[in-house]
Order: sequence, then C-alpha cells, then structure tokens
Amino acid sequence: MFGKKSKISRRFMLSAAAAVISLGAALPVSTLSAAEVEQIHFLIPGGAGGGWDGTARGVGEALTKSGLLGSASYENMSGGGGGKAIAHLIETAERQGDTLMVNSTPIVIRSLTKVFPQSFRDLTSVAGVIGDYAAFAVAADSKYQSFTEVVADFKADPNSVKIGGGSTRGSMDHLVAAQAFKAAGGDPNAVKYIAYDAGGKAMAGLLSGETTILSTGLSEALELERSGQIRILGMTGQNRISDAPDVPTLAEQGIDSVFVNWRGFFAAPGTSPEKVKIYTDMLEKMYETADWETVRSRNGWVEFYRPGTEFTTFLEEQEGIIGNLMKELGFL
Amino acid sequence: MLDGILQGLSTAVSPVNLLMVFVGCFAGTFIGMLPGLGPISAIALMIPITYGFDPSTGMILMAGVYYGAIFGGSTSSILINAPGVAGTVATSFDGYPLAKQGHAGKALAIAAYSSFSGGTIAAIFLLIAAPALASVSLSFQSADYFALMVLGLTAVSAFAGKGKFLIAVLMTLLGLMLSTIGIDETAGLQRFTFGSLDLMDGISFLLLAMATFALSEALMVILKPAARSKEAEEATRGKLGSMKVTKDEIKDIAPVVARSSVLGFFIGVLPGAGATIASFLAYGMERNFASAKEKLKFGKGSLRGLAAPETANNAACSGSFVPLLTLGIPGSGTTAVMLGALISYGVQPGPRLFVENPAVFWSVIISMYIGNIILLVLNLPLIPYIARLLALPKQLLTPLILFFSLVGVYLVSNNTFDIHIMVFVAAIAIFFRLIDFPLAPMLLGFILGGMMEENLRRALNINNGELSFLWERPITAGILAITLLILLAPLVKNIRDLRNQKASTANDGEG
Repeated sequence: MFGKKSKISRRFMLSAAAAVISLGAALPVSTLSAAEVEQIHFLIPGGAGGGWDGTARGVGEALTKSGLLGSASYENMSGGGGGKAIAHLIETAERQGDTLMVNSTPIVIRSLTKVFPQSFRDLTSVAGVIGDYAAFAVAADSKYQSFTEVVADFKADPNSVKIGGGSTRGSMDHLVAAQAFKAAGGDPNAVKYIAYDAGGKAMAGLLSGETTILSTGLSEALELERSGQIRILGMTGQNRISDAPDVPTLAEQGIDSVFVNWRGFFAAPGTSPEKVKIYTDMLEKMYETADWETVRSRNGWVEFYRPGTEFTTFLEEQEGIIGNLMKELGFL
Repeated sequence: MLDGILQGLSTAVSPVNLLMVFVGCFAGTFIGMLPGLGPISAIALMIPITYGFDPSTGMILMAGVYYGAIFGGSTSSILINAPGVAGTVATSFDGYPLAKQGHAGKALAIAAYSSFSGGTIAAIFLLIAAPALASVSLSFQSADYFALMVLGLTAVSAFAGKGKFLIAVLMTLLGLMLSTIGIDETAGLQRFTFGSLDLMDGISFLLLAMATFALSEALMVILKPAARSKEAEEATRGKLGSMKVTKDEIKDIAPVVARSSVLGFFIGVLPGAGATIASFLAYGMERNFASAKEKLKFGKGSLRGLAAPETANNAACSGSFVPLLTLGIPGSGTTAVMLGALISYGVQPGPRLFVENPAVFWSVIISMYIGNIILLVLNLPLIPYIARLLALPKQLLTPLILFFSLVGVYLVSNNTFDIHIMVFVAAIAIFFRLIDFPLAPMLLGFILGGMMEENLRRALNINNGELSFLWERPITAGILAITLLILLAPLVKNIRDLRNQKASTANDGEG
C-alpha cells in the first residue's frame, strides 16, 4: 500500500481479490427496516481492487446487509498516494456530509514526509476498524530459529542481514524493521533494506537467497507459512493472536517493538461530534453481526476498533513514534 | 502424479468446466481487443462471479480470461497500432506495418496461429515439468534480472536502420529518462515530479503507449494524408480480410514459433520477468538470427517479427502459472489477483498444491490446451470481419481511435490529468514522427528502464555497492556475454567486410 508500484504489491492484491469479491454484493441495497444511518458515500483514495478498496467495500457490505446502513455508494479517486482524495474531501467539505474516506497507516507516514501537505488533523477521525501486525520471516531452510539470532548477527555485521520488503525505502516495511532492530539495541541506520516493487517479488527474493529476512504483514506471512516455504520468526503484536498461536511476538523475545497497520475511516473536516458518534455506534454494532463475520473471515482481517477521540489519540501516538524513527533514519 | 493428471483431466472436461473455458476465452478475447481494458481489470471483474464456484472452475475461468486477453490483445496492436497491454507492444512493430500494407487479415491470422502454438507448447511444458520448474523460478536474482533487461534492450537495434543507430539510442535514452519520473523505489525519493501529486506515481505504460502509438498515428493521418490513388485503395481493401498464408511462409515461421515458445515459456517462469520481456527478447533474438536480407524487413512488416513476440507472450503467460501454482508467488498484477482468488477459495498455492489439490492444479493446466483450441476456432472465422475495420472511412476511423485511446487511459486512472499529459505526449510524438525519429525504442527504454534500474540498484545494495556480481554470478555473466556477442557480431562482420573490400581493391590495384 506504499510507494509508487505498491499498486501491485501482493498484500494489496490479496485484499484486491477480496475487495472485488465483495463488489458484487456491495451494490446499494435498500432495506425497508429503519437503518441506523440512511446512506454513506465511501471515498476510496486508491484504485478498484486495492487494500483501501477492499476495506471500504467490505465494511459497506457488512453494514448494508445487516441493515445498519440504508445504502452505500463508492468512489475511487487515486492519485498522489492518496493525497488527491484527501484534498478533494477538504475542498468540498460542505458537500461531503455523508462521506467517509478510508485510509491507513500511510496517511501518517506520507504527511510526515510531506508527500501531501495535509494530515489526519485536517480531517475528522471517525474510527479505526481493522488492523494487521507486521511480521518477520525467513526461508524454511534458513539457519535462524528466532528473531534474537538475527539480531545477534545484525549486531556483529549489519551488512550480513539483508531485509527485503515489497515497498519503497522509508515506507512501512522498512520502518517496522528499523524499529525492531533499534528496540533490540541495534543501529536502525545500519539496517540494510532491500526494496522490491511488489510483495510477490520480495518473497521470491527471500526464497532465491538474495535476502535474509522478509518484512511484511502478518496475514500475508501466515498464508506463505501455511505453504511450508517460510518460517515466521516474530510479529509486532502485544500478545500472540488466536488465529496464529504458534507465532511468537517480538515482545516475548525481549524486543519491545509493537506496531499495528490500521485501516479506518475519516469524515470531512468540521463534522460534528454527534455525527461521529452515530457512525461509531453503527460500527460498534456491526462487529456483532454475522454479516461482518463473513466479510472479516473471508479477508482474514483482525479487528482493531478505536472510535472517535480514542482513534485521534492513537494516531497522534503513532505519528510521534514513526516521526522520531524517520528523523533518526534521516527521512525527515 | 499420473493419478493427479487423470483426476485433473476428468475435472477439466466436465461440462461446467468446458463451458467456463469457453466463456473465459470468449470474454478474454474481447477484453483484450479493447485497448485499456487489460486482463487485470477483466479478472478482477470476474471474481465476484466466480465466488462460490468450485476452485477448479473459478481458476479455469480466470485463466481463460487471462490467456484469452493476451490472445486478443494483438488485434488492437496490429490494426490500429494501439498496444493496450505491454506484452503486445512488440507485436505492433511488424503487425501494424503489415496491416498498413493491406495484409491485416494475414497478420491477424499469423498472430492467431502463433498465439495458439505458443500457448499449446507452453502448456505441454507445464504438464511435463511444472512441479520441477519451481526451482528454476527461484534461480534468478536481481543481478540476473538486470542482465536480462540489458539483453532485452538490444532489440533496439531492430529500429536502427541505415545510419540511424544513434537516433535509436537517443530515443531509448529518452524512454529510460521518462521511466525515472515518480517515486524512486530504492531511495523512496521523488524524481522529476515538480511537486505534482499526479506525477508521483510516474507515467503509466498505457498512457505512453496510447499517446505515442495510437494517438499520434491517428493524428498523423490528418496531418499527412496518404497520397494514394483510389484504385490502389480499393485493391488493398479487397485484400484486408484475406488470411492466406502460403506454405513457404509457414515453413519460414515454424522454427521462429518453436524457438519463441521455449524462450517465452522460460521467461514466463521467472517471477521478475513476464510476457513483456519475453516478447522483446523473442523479437530481438529472431532479428539477430535472421539473415542480412531478412533483417532489413524487421520493423517494416516481417512475418517473423510478428510471429516471434506473439508466440512468446502467450508462452510466457502460461509459464507464469509455474511460480503462481507451485510457489504461491505472483509474477504480475494479473497473477496476483488470481492468487488472491485461490486463497479466498481456501486453496493454498505452494510446493504441495499438486499433491494436496491435484484436481485444481492439473485441471487448470489441461484446460489451457482446450482453451487454446477454442481461441483458435473462435478467432479465425472472426478475422475477416475484424480486419475490415480498417476499411472504415478515415473520417470515421480516426475519431474512433482517438476516442478509444483517450477513454481507455481515463478509465484506468479516473484522472483528467492523464488526458492532458496524453495530449502533450502525443504532440511531442507527432514532432518526432515528422522528423522521422522512431518511437518504438522510446517505449522499449521506458518499459525496460524502470525494471533495469530497480534490479541494478537492488543488486548493488545487496552486494554492498560492489559491481563484482556482474562477472561473479554465472547467470549474470552468461547473459551479459550473450549481449556483448550480439552487439559485437555486426561490428566484427563490418570490419571483416571492410578488410575484404580493401584486400580486393588492393588486389585490383596490383592487377
């Protein structure tokens, strides 16, 4: 979901597929029963078939099918790494009363790096909805059995550990790796990050022996581990997750590095707290529905609910952590 | 394994799956014909329909759309010089001149036969060796891909007619420069975006291809109306639909198709390459193999020059199923969408797929044979009618081409900025056409340039900034050696010719 060619990153495409699956079902469905919210227009800052697209259409599907939402419409507006849609939402704010824009961690990173001049502060934060942890994996025949072994080699010779990822330098896969090695007492600047233009190619790079370790999202890593080709050495959750009880956290290996890539929704600037409350109440009820469970399990999503001001606080915290790290790495 | 193949065969020939092969191929052909609507969007649109299908059925349908689109993609390249998919750019090099000379029907027929052969031969390779080829996919590293792109660039020499070598190189460099616009992968920095959000993602291939090929070509018709007599035009019109391919021509093309199938398939197996590189390499290879006389025809309507890339891109398309099915690694955006679909069916691609899910694995491969036959049967009778599109009066055809190329690009990005850029690029392309600078090398440089740079910088990064991988990695060194040979061979020949000439003139002087 980062960088110029991330359009075809594998993670993105996985959700892409999922997105389009939901496309068919997500056409406006009007229910006669009194819905919580009459209609929502989802603004998607990327093309059809992307991760953002999948989230918006998936949530829209669960909401309309369960009757919480009267009807949903979708608009894809790609360009400028999401900046075009953000600018559009701000410029036409008074006409966007029913609009929710989907976004994710990149909005934080890209506003830090000034890809676009705005930040989440220029919008109204509604809620974080789903999240994915970061994961580090090695080829199944690798000598490494734990992340601490990798750290030891990294400290001895940083150049011997080559970290591959399916997005550009300075994007999430890189930053997460730098953060992990820093937390383990290494020099984040010495991290040798090898950028690939798609997750699939980063994976091929790992298996061909070109890179030592792969930095990617946990849900994608789990798919690949299931095929027996890679071993996940650690992930950035606070605790192990029920879907993958065998995957250790970095924290339990003595490395205090927690990170979550969230996806959530924003409304136009100036949206009243009352309206935000209506949206968050609706989302909260959505988590309880069977229709949401269908969408969630189909996409392998992890729930990450942060409503309203809690979401804003979380974003500020994340911005602080990522900002400091990027300063240290010389990106800011 | 034989059990699995039989199981796959019985799955593939079940009525539902046969129907799906047909539907997939049919839809794919038409989607491929329309510039702008590539297999990726087509398959993405298919997924909601296939949801709830049996995994084999869904995959067979999507695979059908994929190779159907590559099959049909040559049509717009040949007829209106509008390669809607990068894999069919090389097809337009000789296909379009053929159509302009009044051989549209023949060109389309040869494209269909070549596509069929490439697809079928590759499907045989898949059946025999798919599981074993997984390791081949992983044998290539960034350094090797870099060398492969360099080798691909030698195809440029095909456009370097007499004394035009420097011009062709110049245009290639322009293409390389254009490919640097946008966020640079390795450093994450913006280059040549001038602070514009719209340029951040770089210029898309489709935009550049449509603007330089289709748009400027159509506009040139207005600027420089061909001074042809009415009778000549009538005569060409009559020939347009003729698909006659002589025995000699088939004899001439057969070895080209055989070589290009093998090459295309192996390039397709590599996750970092694909149909585009395969088609360029095949085109370049055939030109290098050709005799001096045949060489001159390349770029001006050579049947070999048409058959080679058409065979290779279809073979590569089948080859790309090796990393997809056996490793779970998608080599292109299209296969990535299919991977997503497979996973949502609950099928885990990987080294154990053909053991755990033999029906899915083998039925998809077997459906490719059936699909290729269907494509051929479907396309051949249509050719005379499709070819007649060119018989439309210019005042109707030109606006149609303008409409399709502009709308095709706009529909992909939904961004009006792209249309502005397109018109701007087309204007420059017209200028180049007027001063007789070839545009194909520019597109070649643009397509290969981005991948070449990324792979070189990645290799340098991995090797701590040392260039030693260029000669220390056997695959890299091997490919680069071939490149050097190709580049030096004409030079050596020239020198020898020159010497012979000198010797003979010297002898004449003495005698």
